[in-house]
Amino acid sequence: MTLTRREFLQQTGSLALVIGGSGLLPRSGYSADGDNPVPTNGGAEVTAWVRLSVDGSMIIYSPATEMGQGSMTALPLIFAEEMDADWSRVTVEFAPQNPSLYGRKLMRGVSQMTFGSTGVMTYYPVLRQAGAQARYLIMACAAKYWGVDIKTLTTEPGRVVHQAGGKTIGYGELVPHLSIPDSIPVIPDEQLKDPTNFRLIGKNIPRNDIPRKVNGSAQFALDVRLPDMLYGMIERGRVHGAKPARLKNEADIKAMNGVVSVHMLDHGVGVIAESMGALFPAKFKLDIEWKDSKASGFNSADVFDLYEQVLDTAAHGQLLVNLEEGKEGKVVIDDGDIDQARDNAAKTYVFNYKNDYVYHAQQEPLNSVVQVAVDGSSAEVWIGTQNGTGAQHDIANALGLEPSKVVVHQQYLGGGFGRRTLSDYGVEAALLAKEVAPRPVKLTWMREDDLHYGMYRPASLQRMEAYTDRHGNLTGFTHSVVGDGERLIADGTDINGYNIPNHRAEMHLVHHGVRVKHWRAVGHGTNKFAIECMMDEIAADQNKDPIEFRMQILEPRAAATLAKAASMAGWGNAPAGGRARGVAYLERSRTLSSGICEISIDEENGKIKVHHFWSAHDAGIVIQPDSVIAQIEGGVVMGLSSVLDEKIDIVNGEVQQNNFNDYPIIRMHELPETIETELLTSSEPPAGLGESSTPLIACAVANAFFALTGKRLRHLPFTPDRVKAAMRA
Amino acid sequence: MLTININGSEKQVDVPGDTHLLWVVREHLGLTGTKFSCGIGACGACTVQIDGKAMRSCITPVSAVTNGQKITTIEGLSTDNDHPLQRAWIEAQVPQCGYCQSGQIMHAAGLLNENPKPSKAQIVEHMSANLCRCGTYMRIAKAVEIASESDTKD
Ligand code: FES
Ligand code: FES
Repeated sequence: MTLTRREFLQQTGSLALVIGGSGLLPRSGYSADGDNPVPTNGGAEVTAWVRLSVDGSMIIYSPATEMGQGSMTALPLIFAEEMDADWSRVTVEFAPQNPSLYGRKLMRGVSQMTFGSTGVMTYYPVLRQAGAQARYLIMACAAKYWGVDIKTLTTEPGRVVHQAGGKTIGYGELVPHLSIPDSIPVIPDEQLKDPTNFRLIGKNIPRNDIPRKVNGSAQFALDVRLPDMLYGMIERGRVHGAKPARLKNEADIKAMNGVVSVHMLDHGVGVIAESMGALFPAKFKLDIEWKDSKASGFNSADVFDLYEQVLDTAAHGQLLVNLEEGKEGKVVIDDGDIDQARDNAAKTYVFNYKNDYVYHAQQEPLNSVVQVAVDGSSAEVWIGTQNGTGAQHDIANALGLEPSKVVVHQQYLGGGFGRRTLSDYGVEAALLAKEVAPRPVKLTWMREDDLHYGMYRPASLQRMEAYTDRHGNLTGFTHSVVGDGERLIADGTDINGYNIPNHRAEMHLVHHGVRVKHWRAVGHGTNKFAIECMMDEIAADQNKDPIEFRMQILEPRAAATLAKAASMAGWGNAPAGGRARGVAYLERSRTLSSGICEISIDEENGKIKVHHFWSAHDAGIVIQPDSVIAQIEGGVVMGLSSVLDEKIDIVNGEVQQNNFNDYPIIRMHELPETIETELLTSSEPPAGLGESSTPLIACAVANAFFALTGKRLRHLPFTPDRVKAAMRA
Repeated sequence: MLTININGSEKQVDVPGDTHLLWVVREHLGLTGTKFSCGIGACGACTVQIDGKAMRSCITPVSAVTNGQKITTIEGLSTDNDHPLQRAWIEAQVPQCGYCQSGQIMHAAGLLNENPKPSKAQIVEHMSANLCRCGTYMRIAKAVEIASESDTKD
């Protein structure tokens, strides 16, 4: 269907401004041009940043996923700021998956993926430009309409103003008169708003997804219901990578009430049923014989002996170990001359730090709904994913289709934390849906499935070898990390913000066949733990205050966050009896962060109680301060939970934890009395903040534990047993 | 056919009596504000009220609520997001991913039904039953306090 422009306007009363999203190649044109789909139901299919209606209301399309980090407000807000939109008239919808229009240029190409706290940081310039171009278009139109020079025009939120003529006109009123030039100029940076004139950025604008999240109307993929929909589950190998040899009781399963079909998959056995009620018993009853896999016989408790052996063999990168044949470990960072620092060291310190596997535990179990066309030629997918484009490609691939034949309907995510950049659960739904096409299938993972077949933050061992000169200056250190997961364990070995002349980081790899994945802040949680505990150990050895010690080697912006956190915590004043404080500094996604906690210990039961957590962050320009503070609070809570009690044990290849009864997530009564957060004022470009506070916790708590007991906790998590053992040591 | 009273009206559902209320509410009645997360009564995402008391629908067989008990889900808590808890939740900007929040609000509502002006310690004790992986607990506690104060002021 092609509409003329007039018909289009009559039909929808609105106009889509199609402006290039990658910021590379501005495009223009009406939705009715045929090169963009015409909206059929209020505009969800319009490929544009904004749709303006005659009544002045507008829809801004948000390119990123919303999983609680507030992107769905913050990103459109940046656009609205430059467009000078009237925020009270803005509604926000998810943009479709179309990276060439809605992506931004990243190191590995143009992408629309939501990950690594990069949303605001990377979209800030793109959305400012797009917003400024939208404003330009509207002003150009007003200039023509009034017959005045565009240079004589300004804007107020939602209105073009011609001061000299004493006239104003609403953006919406200009819709019938809009004409789109062949090309839209790139607005030079100096013509973008001066940040001191921001009306929206830096203010506390309420998040637009929140009203829907207090009345149950926010739709997650698990909430999608389609006519004739079936329900599916998959039994996957308890040992990761195990493939099913055969289903021993297929006939019994098929005979069960409400069971529609059973399907052998490469990695498991799928059951489809008419209702969730019928599905559970069928899934429980599946009796599958499994083949062995690489993870068969694996015991997570044994890894550290192996890792120590690896590092003993490796000795200073003489050998870069990768226990997979024909491959090598890698030098990740090699700054300065580490050999010289080692050779000339007046004192050399060696410390080992360890961490166990941890699980994402996003509250919404993985799920998706897929409907395959009866002839198999296309598919629709309802999914909450951090990577809609990836989902589209992976699902198309699984179905033997072109990606353009797969439409992805992005839903709210009930938590992501890095697990949902992979869309394996969408592929699974597609594999089942194709068997019963055209009936849609809602695939649900039970919590137990998610725990047993999770993708964990890998266990790893960090060996820190630090060198000081005869004045006690830290001249350099070697950070050797060993574990599974390549970049997952190397990430966060950097020391941005520190001024240490010689620094080497190397990773040595061991493969266990256990599924591993990014987990909030990825390697920062473990590598910063090692770096910051090492700093503390050296400071203690030199009888220096841990903050003073760091101050001497921190760059000014980083030092400012530490100074701020110290003053928030009243560092100079001793805490109450039985309590102590510990400190940590780190950089994540260009945000510089310092945190201090105050703890006590229940010696009887070995529990650490965190009473207060103070943190200060320099994240450049902050779009939504309150939303960012919420992220930091949540990150502190998740950090505490993971540090105090969370771990996955694998025995004989099988994950031992099953559900929230034996994988404990922190609860309200275990929280600190206060979590205080300060954001430093800055005019630097925005940095990412969604993960900054989580990795502060391990080091701050371990360092506070030392201040309190004189003992070191060097193995995450700090379970009561480990706390008691450390105190006895 | 079983008959249940939910959000003020009688509904007939054609399910076996041992089906958990959660699935009846979500999949048969389409009230998807009530969430599935653990299925074993450990997290509270599935919390609804049964005769004003917060209960976990994932472990409640529907046959247990067919004797005229009044079931309330998040959709039935108010007509226009105007329950004091919902207003407080917006004021304190509580939800992050939002997945646990229907359960949190329904669980808090159960508390306020029994104890309209709980102390901070009572709030913490009661709300510790519900998990939030996004870690919104500080704001949940604050919102319950706001709501309980507004209850007495109104
Ligand atoms: S889903 Fe019912 S308590 Fe977790
Ligand atoms: S808001 Fe995400 S789990 Fe609570």
